Amino acid sequence: MHRFANPTRFMRASALVLPWLAVATALLLGAGLLLALFVAPPDYQQGESVRIMYVHVPAAWLASAAYLSLAVASAIALIWRHPLADIAAQEAAPIGAVFTAICLLSGSLWGKPMWGAWWVWDARLTSMLVLFFLYLGYIALVNAFDDEERGARAGAILALVGVVDLPIIKFSVDWWNTLHQPASVFRLGGPTIAVSMLAPLLVMALGFTLFFATVLLLRMRAAILARKLRALRRAEAEAAGRFAAGPRDAAGSVL
Amino acid sequence: MEERIVEFLRMGGYAAFVWPAYAVTAAGMAGLLWHSLRAYRRARRAVAALQARRPGRADRA
Repeated sequence: MHRFANPTRFMRASALVLPWLAVATALLLGAGLLLALFVAPPDYQQGESVRIMYVHVPAAWLASAAYLSLAVASAIALIWRHPLADIAAQEAAPIGAVFTAICLLSGSLWGKPMWGAWWVWDARLTSMLVLFFLYLGYIALVNAFDDEERGARAGAILALVGVVDLPIIKFSVDWWNTLHQPASVFRLGGPTIAVSMLAPLLVMALGFTLFFATVLLLRMRAAILARKLRALRRAEAEAAGRFAAGPRDAAGSVL
Repeated sequence: MEERIVEFLRMGGYAAFVWPAYAVTAAGMAGLLWHSLRAYRRARRAVAALQARRPGRADRA
């Protein structure tokens, strides 16, 4: 992994991978959409409303997976001071926040016709809302410091503390009575969902995951360039300052 | 044919919930992509412009 610690190497490798990743994402999302809307059968109880599942569930999985990557990147940044880990964490956060919002909104649109309520304060929904606020809190905290490095450290610590929400989300449907249905894919004893629904769901989930990877690489590239830009501007300003104010000693004071 | 399209769009009476759910998803993903592409292009242009002005120094920074 340390081979990619070098931003220059990362820029080169990501430039090679990105076009392929983007094409694979587009193909999978396209296929997933066709399967979800045209091939998958209506549910015997929920009718056509079950098609909301094909965006809601992948968004929910990705919301949690993105938080896990945010936490892992934060741990790597805190422990090894890996130069790319902070960037990865900071760029994963907005993507995760958007997918959490998609999960909450599509879930609300599914809950209304099935449960008769847009929102209920039950464990699964509430722990997912907490995840959304964790993302927002992380983003706000990272940007609250003038010193970039301090902001990154504070954010990383918050990200690690927030990991406790992930098992709560996962097991909330087992630990508490809830309107939300229990796990039907990742459970002991295998999936209980019909294959005709599982296949479109997995294609969609893989498409969402590749979308996350594509956008994350793109955002990391943008962030690395933005940092380079700041360094260049600083160097230029310093050079201009020296030129305008005449020679200075090593400490920067005018001779 | 037309009937089948209308039938599909009705989503068994759940059109008011299914289509907004897909629209929210598409809007969120398109927004992310647009925002990220814009940030990337801006940064790339700015770095290129700065390097063009001071080629010697820029390489070292």
